[in-house]
Order: sequence, then structure tokens, then C-alpha cells
Amino acid sequence: MGQELQESIVLAKMPKSLSGKEFTYCPGCHHGIVHRIIAELIDEFQLREKTVLVAPVGCSVFAYEFFDVDGTVAAHGRALAVATGMKRARPDMFIITYQGDGDLAAIGTAETIHAANRGERVTTIFINNAVYGMTGGQMAPTTLLGMKTTTSPYGRTPEREGYPIHIMEIMKALPGVAYAERVKVSKPQDIPKAKMAIKKAFYAQLLDVGFGIVEVLSTCPTNWGMDPVEAQRWLEENMTKEFPLGVYVDKVTEVMKEKGVK
Amino acid sequence: MGEKIMVKGTEAIGEAAIRAGCRVYFGYPITPQSELTEYMARRMPQVGGVFLQAESEVATVNMMYGASSVGARVMTSTSSPGFSLMQEGISYMACARLPGVFVDVVRGGPGLGDIQPSQGDYFQIVKGGGHGDYRLPVFSPSSLQEAVELTIHAFDVADKYRTPVVIFADGMMGQMMEPVEFPDPIDPSTLPSKDDWALTGAKGRKARYVTSFDIDPYKLEKMNLVLQETYKEIEKNEQKWEEFMTDDIEVLFVAHGTVGRIVKSAVKLARQKGIKAGLFRPISLYPFPYKRLSELAEKVDIVMTVEMSSGQMLEDVRLAVEGKAETPFYGRLAGVVPTPGEILEALMKELRR
Repeated sequence: MGQELQESIVLAKMPKSLSGKEFTYCPGCHHGIVHRIIAELIDEFQLREKTVLVAPVGCSVFAYEFFDVDGTVAAHGRALAVATGMKRARPDMFIITYQGDGDLAAIGTAETIHAANRGERVTTIFINNAVYGMTGGQMAPTTLLGMKTTTSPYGRTPEREGYPIHIMEIMKALPGVAYAERVKVSKPQDIPKAKMAIKKAFYAQLLDVGFGIVEVLSTCPTNWGMDPVEAQRWLEENMTKEFPLGVYVDKVTEVMKEKGVK
Repeated sequence: MGEKIMVKGTEAIGEAAIRAGCRVYFGYPITPQSELTEYMARRMPQVGGVFLQAESEVATVNMMYGASSVGARVMTSTSSPGFSLMQEGISYMACARLPGVFVDVVRGGPGLGDIQPSQGDYFQIVKGGGHGDYRLPVFSPSSLQEAVELTIHAFDVADKYRTPVVIFADGMMGQMMEPVEFPDPIDPSTLPSKDDWALTGAKGRKARYVTSFDIDPYKLEKMNLVLQETYKEIEKNEQKWEEFMTDDIEVLFVAHGTVGRIVKSAVKLARQKGIKAGLFRPISLYPFPYKRLSELAEKVDIVMTVEMSSGQMLEDVRLAVEGKAETPFYGRLAGVVPTPGEILEALMKELRR
């Protein structure tokens, strides 16, 4: 009885694919939640022994240290070129890139679009918090119109800084993409949905369908100048309007059905 | 070793890479080396290898970083402006200790320049075009046979010291045809294992990472010191040069690559005129063979450097000569190739001084 009880209360534990190193992220930041989802999936798919994680330059530059899988840090913006090199040389391995908005959608736009368009069998987790976090809150390619940052101190205007860039909408135009979904993790009920999306992006690679990418709308309370609760609310009210949630490309579900994968 | 076949320079280097067991090539078209990229596009599928045309040289070098980090023998080829674009990634590879072979078919510059042979990128290639305290072994062939041998050697040096290595060619080397004898191909599965450092998946061991990064300056300094130790070993073991007619020299030429070959003709012309000239041809530009050049400089009054540049290797020659002889220079710029006659004339002018 005691034994059973003990087992039954273990509802959640540290995923094996996390190293146990304490996250260095700010309170209210979503990196930790997304890291955990990825690690849980690596465990569930039993991929730990063949995974390489490509961390970016940005707040998640240390991501490789938080995971208990092989890893590297790519030059700023180049994660998908690095991942391409890995996957082409070792197609049997499972390659994940973890990238922020500055990395993936500004300096690395060319690498992103071409890796996606080639249908590289890699999985990309794209954290969009509308700001450059690590360098101290500068304007990102995804900064909202009117939003003030340290390099758009009077608020972003279309005339001066142009519009926020929509990566999922671009992914929709690229035939190599097998799965693209935009999610958020700001409410508890969002988390299983986000996990399902990332699972599909894993399957895009595992079932050899094409490139898989999940954009996670995220907070940056520190650089937004908000407390964590306020930041969640701001995300719900503003980010989701500019960046509609949903599935943009799904060639995976059909292949999963064909192959009898649930 | 097989029979001698006529090949073009770019293709000789490509085939040498295949025979060295290279099975992964990334590249981007740029004149005057596109034939090498095309050769690899044809050849890689025939040997079960990977060829991928990248979207840019920036992507190319990062693909190399990725492929090398999972243990592949990887190569690219490019020409000057493309090599400039690769510098960031080369610096990352050097710090992360990732082997890889870069063939730079140097053309006239600066800027868009032209597509003629040049050696004007000596500083960039030999002294480092990227950021930080790193060096790259650099080999400069002067014949296609030598290009084949050095390409194969470059892969071994890259793997042995875990460093990027550069083959410094020029448009002349790339475009000319010569008979070449290829060695027997190496079976990639027989190459030394990289399982002790490569990202092969954390199976039966702790997870590991390969990075060019440590936020702690003391730890990063340690990484730097490992690099510096490696460079000391490279300087000790990897110097290469050729001496041509240096037994009885009165004057010594120093030239590398294509120019080294042209200067051999100038040496013969000088000897017809009774001038006991010789040539010292550095083959490894890093490590530069300072010591041997210094010894030869003792025997002469004039050490004349000839380059297809404004005098870049000249600085290394002067470091070796240390004022023991006069160190005049003759060079042509922007893709103009000097003739043996004009080199001799330049020497005669120095002798008349």
C-alpha cells in the first residue's frame, strides 16, 4: 500500500534529459517551461542518446548546459546551418535547434528560410518574446508596433523600423516545411497544447516528413519592465493579436495516421 | 599509386579530398573555383557522400561546423570574397577545435576585385581574418601533384590537431591542367575514431558539448592555452618548404605557390647570366619555416621576395632574415602574374644598386 501510494504521488519529476543545473532565466520568463517540455519529449521518445541540441546566441546560450544531451552553441543566427551540417553528416541523429527571435528572424533569416525550404530533417523551437533579451532589451524583428525598446525608445513605427516579421506565415509559403505551429505557454492549459505541437515537430523529423518548427510566444518581464503576472497578461492581450496562434503547416498528422502512430 | 592522368587543378583537389576519405562537402559557387564545387556535386553521390550547395558562404562554414562536430571529414572550397564571409565561422571552428579543410582559390582584390590569380589574401589566410587568438595551418602548392598531396595531408593535419586547415591556391592553380598521379583512396571507415570528443550522442557516457564559448574568462583562458599548446606542436612538426638550387647561392628568392614555380624559371635565367640565384619556397605558410630561411639568409646579401601582392609574405621573410641580408621585394597586384623575365630584371636592378 505504502509503495503504491509513493508511486502514485509522483506526478511530475525532473526529466532525465535535463541536467539538473538550475536555470539562469529571470522570474516569469518562459524558457524554463519550454526547456522542460522539450526534455519530457526527448525522454518519452527515448531520444536522449542520439540527440544534439544546438543552442543559439541569446538568453538561451546556456541551453546546452541545462539539457543532459550532447550540444553546441552556434554563431548568432547560424543554428540551422549548423544543424543542417549535423543532420546531413549523421542522418541517424536527432537534431534540435533552440532559437530566439533576433537569432532566427533577424541575423539568421537566410539560414532559417533555406533550411526550412530544403526541408531539413531537424526540429526548431523558436522563442518569440518581441525583444532582444540578453543584450538588454533592444528592438527585435518581432517587436510590436508602438512597443518601446532601448533601440526604439519612441515606439516602433512602420515608417522608421518597419513591421514585426511573421515567421509562421512565411513558413506556410515554403514547401519543405512539414510542421509549423504558433503556441503560447502563459496559462497552464496552454502547456499540453504546446507540448503536442512540439511533439508533431519531433515527428516531422522522426518520420522523415520535413522541417518542423514551433514558435512559442514568450514573455520577457525584465526587458518589458513588467512583473511576471503583468507580463503574462500583456502577452495574452497584445502578442496573440499580432501573432495569431494556430497550426500553419501540418503534413505530419496524415503521415502519423498512415504509419499508425498516435 | 595509379597511372598519371591529365586533370584540371580544381578537380585534382576535389578528387584528392575524396581519396582522403572526405565524404561531406558544402560550398557556394564563386569564380575561379566553381569547377571544384561542381566536381564534388558529381562525385559525392558516387561515393555515398554528402554534397550540399549552401545559401551563402556564411551558411557553408556553419554547416561545416555542424558536420565536423558530429565527427565528419568535411571540406569546402571558395575564393577570396567567399573566404571573407567565412571568417566568423572559422574563428568559431578554431576555438571549438573542429577540424575541416578550406580551399581558398585566391583572386585579385580588394573588394569584388577580379577573377585572376592573386596572393593578396596572405594576411587574411595566414595571419587570421577572424577574431581572436587563433592560427590556421596553411599549405601553398605550386603544382597539381603537390596540390593533391597537400590536400590529403591537410585532412590529416586537421584531424590530428583538431583545427581548420587552409589550402592556399590561386586562380592559376585552379584553372591549369597537369598530369597527376593519385594515391589509392582511403576507406573512411578506417580513419581514426573521433568518438572521444565528437557529438555522437550521450550513449554510455555523460553528455558533452563542443563550443567556442565560456562566459568565465579563466576557463576561456584555459581553452585558449590549449589552442596555444596545439600551435606550438604544429610549429614544431608541420613546417614544409622546398629549396631550389640553393647549394651555392649568392642571392636568394623567396616565393610561394604559383609564384614559386615562376621564380624557378627566373632562377634558371639568372644562372644563365652567371648569377648564382636560388629559391626558397615555403610550402607551409603557417607554420612559416623561419629557421631554415634564417640559415640560408646567412649565405647571401640579398633575399628577394616575389609575390602576387604588395608584399605580405615579405613581413615573414623579414622576421626570418632579421637584417642579415637586404630584403627587396617585387610584386604584381590585382591578378597580374609576373613573368620570369621581369622578376630577373627586378633582381638585376637590386644588384646594380
